[in-house]
Amino acid sequence: MSDWIKVCQLADIAPQGSRVVASSQGDIAIFRTNNDSVFGLHDKCPHKGGPLSQGIVHGDTVTCPLHGFKISLKDGAAVAPDKGCARRFAVKLDGGAVWLQLT
Amino acid sequence: MRKQKLVVVGNGMAGMRAVEELLKLAPDLYDITVFGAEPHGNYNRILLSPVLAGEMTINDIILNPLQWYADNQIGLYTGKTIIRIDRTARKVIASDGTEEEYDRLLLATGSTPFILPIPGRDLPGVISYRDIKDTDEMIATAATHKHAVVIGGGLLGLEAANGLKLRGMDVTVVHLMPWLMERQLDKTAADMLKTSLEARGLKFLLEKQTEALIRGESGRVCALRFKPAPGYDPGDGLEIPADLVVMAAGIRPNTALAESAKIYCNRGIVVNDTMQTYDPRIYAVGECVAHRGIAYGLVAPLFEQAKVCANHLANFGIARYTGSVLSTKLKVTGIDLFSAGNFMGGDGTDEIVLNDPSGGVYKKLVVKNDTLVGAVLYGDTADGAWYFQLVKDGQNIHEIRDHLMFGQNHVGDVGHAGKTLAATMADDAQVCGCNGVCKGDIVKAIKSQGLFTLDDVRKHTKASSSCGSCTGLVEQILASTVGGAYTPSESKSKPMCGCTDHAHGVVRQAIREQHLLTIPETMQYLEWKTPGGCASCRPALNYYLISTWPGEARDDPQSRFINERAHANIQKDGTYSVVPRMWGGLTTPAELRTIADVAEKYEVPTVKMTGGARVDLLGIKKEDLPKVWADLGAAGMVSGHAYGKSIRTVKTCVGAEHCRFGTQRSMAMGVKLERMLFGMWSPHKVKLAVSGCPRNCAEAGIKDIGVIGVDAGYELYVAGNGGIKTEVAQFLCKVTNDEEVMEYSGAFLQLYREEGFYLERTCHYVARVGLDHVKAAVVNDPAKRRELHERLLFALQDYEDPWQAAVAKPAMRREYEVIKIKEVAAEVMT
Repeated sequence: MSDWIKVCQLADIAPQGSRVVASSQGDIAIFRTNNDSVFGLHDKCPHKGGPLSQGIVHGDTVTCPLHGFKISLKDGAAVAPDKGCARRFAVKLDGGAVWLQLT
Repeated sequence: MRKQKLVVVGNGMAGMRAVEELLKLAPDLYDITVFGAEPHGNYNRILLSPVLAGEMTINDIILNPLQWYADNQIGLYTGKTIIRIDRTARKVIASDGTEEEYDRLLLATGSTPFILPIPGRDLPGVISYRDIKDTDEMIATAATHKHAVVIGGGLLGLEAANGLKLRGMDVTVVHLMPWLMERQLDKTAADMLKTSLEARGLKFLLEKQTEALIRGESGRVCALRFKPAPGYDPGDGLEIPADLVVMAAGIRPNTALAESAKIYCNRGIVVNDTMQTYDPRIYAVGECVAHRGIAYGLVAPLFEQAKVCANHLANFGIARYTGSVLSTKLKVTGIDLFSAGNFMGGDGTDEIVLNDPSGGVYKKLVVKNDTLVGAVLYGDTADGAWYFQLVKDGQNIHEIRDHLMFGQNHVGDVGHAGKTLAATMADDAQVCGCNGVCKGDIVKAIKSQGLFTLDDVRKHTKASSSCGSCTGLVEQILASTVGGAYTPSESKSKPMCGCTDHAHGVVRQAIREQHLLTIPETMQYLEWKTPGGCASCRPALNYYLISTWPGEARDDPQSRFINERAHANIQKDGTYSVVPRMWGGLTTPAELRTIADVAEKYEVPTVKMTGGARVDLLGIKKEDLPKVWADLGAAGMVSGHAYGKSIRTVKTCVGAEHCRFGTQRSMAMGVKLERMLFGMWSPHKVKLAVSGCPRNCAEAGIKDIGVIGVDAGYELYVAGNGGIKTEVAQFLCKVTNDEEVMEYSGAFLQLYREEGFYLERTCHYVARVGLDHVKAAVVNDPAKRRELHERLLFALQDYEDPWQAAVAKPAMRREYEVIKIKEVAAEVMT
């Protein structure tokens, strides 16, 4: 297990919004839901590679801005009937800060 | 608390649809037990015809496999017939003695085929056409016997006949009436259908009454004898050979069980608008029901009933079933036929008819008091769904009466090679040009996934989910695949999205009347079903709020599509394009120099002219956007809103400033209009054009507002469109000076802003409300016009260029910043 890296403060992400983190493993989208849960996904839609960070966040789901694929923030899987999965990254909240674990 | 017990008698399409709808609304309210007389899970009865025709198998048409019942903790008894209801003890009793208690009971006992009371009806080889067993028997008989006779030339009879013919039998259809499908077709259409079926080898005997079925030596039926008609010629013969007789002479609601329990029945189990029987604990849906005196035999109404019933079983108590307008499609591959409503016409109606027998096309529209009340289409049913919607909505067709016959799509639809006949299309013909979906893909998805609605098809195949120009075609394919189960979407009451049951109009009204100011407030007031809405309803709600309450409701960037949030257009690779505004299409050397500098400085890979006469800088990284805007802003340039549901451009011709033909100063007029409208959000994008003379070089005829200079002033045109569907703008009025152009245009756009539904272009908006409605507010009522114009100006006052705002405000700039992390050491928490 690699270490947790501090990314930003929760307040730096708008509710129902996201931020992009540049990493050695490509761009990672960090999402904040309306009830202040945080999630991390590879910023690439399994459909045609659209940047998920730019989508609209609703519930625990983000809708890809390119063709409207709905991706579950919890596991990165496309909502049926669409198929595909975006890679998930572990993200947690601690003391008002958002932490990311690169695996 | 003990869960309540719901018992469902009948495992068919209506009963299980009600259970499915109930599980969506209240998954944990009931312990559910289902009794089915057939030994299967729930299957799609509608698709028995394709099974018979050899186009599908039984496995393809299973809707709910046994696993589904288990997954949802539904107790299922197959092959068990309920014979008694004990209403006092509140239990049902099956023929084998099984008992089940209920708190609420749902009767979905369906119907029974009507068996003619004639001698020989019990002979082996005489069957009806209702279930899997009948279908299996027909398939087996076709392999061993030759002559089939179908009694009944209605929908079901013809589908049976077609299937048996395809299975290699020699098929005769015997029909009592003078033409086929008399309940769905007029004589002309029916005759065309008959000719076409005859060409496939089917035989028809019309106006023949069957007297008896005759037993052969094997004990099986061998022939069918007719009653001699008046004036009968003995040389004609009264008997035809028949190894198989299929009775398809109608259905009777299955009310025996209800009647034995003394539940009031009258041509069906009588229910009220909540699908409740005379016993308040007992509900009923489907073909067994009589609602307002009508028993429905097609699936679409049954699904509507199921939805209402589920709403009440879930204790929501708000839905009502008020009856259905019926439409029919015949599921015989290669034959396009559609009928809806009152297609026979009669007193007080006009008939608009197109009849081309050689071309194989017949269309009849029945019009009463400027509304469409019914339609029959044969050969070309492309507009069936549209006509059906007009009938259901009762929309006034006065203005489109002259071209109603030519359908909704008679001009300008692109993307599917102009094809409009679904049934004749090959499986590999492309239907949806945006997503590359062929007819075969759609049919396969409908059949294998059990899809019934356009939305389902869009979700599963993506067909018609992008630009939507092939919607009519997809609806037709859906309709011809599922036949009577097809429910066209109703424009007026169609819910905004899956998050709510409310239509756009209801939501707009509530926001205005209840003075709702935020999305959470609106969702709470209208009882949204999802906590945070979805990517479809949130942008709509955000628009409705800010357009209804300018200055009061706050814009919610997180509820805007990325382009409007980032003020640039996202491209397929995640980069953005930037289009600076060029008022009226005018620019200066200094502006062009700045644009050139920006393009070089940020290594913009593509620079191109847009259709709206300005420059597009494509391929800019998101984090560079604020820097690009700062440079452009320094030269006085602002956002072109090329990304928004907003004012886009005002295109102009050179006009009287330079042109030798110009009658009006179109460039100056265009600039004034564009400055007035700067920052205007709208239901969809808005484009204007101003031409200085009727030569119309600015192409004002296909704009949301087209202004055409004439010697005495300007002509104003509205609701044109040059996109997916080319729509020529309609003449609104003549005005005399620039101020009037501003006031009338502003008033029209404000009316659209206040009444339009989100993502509805002006052409669709005007088609919905009618040009007369627009004229009444904008042309004929000066006070109202001024008020509208003033409300527009009020909403647009103090609008700030979003680009410079993003440059200046750190909180907004965050949107564009990428977070850089140190991946080793630094801030590591243990």
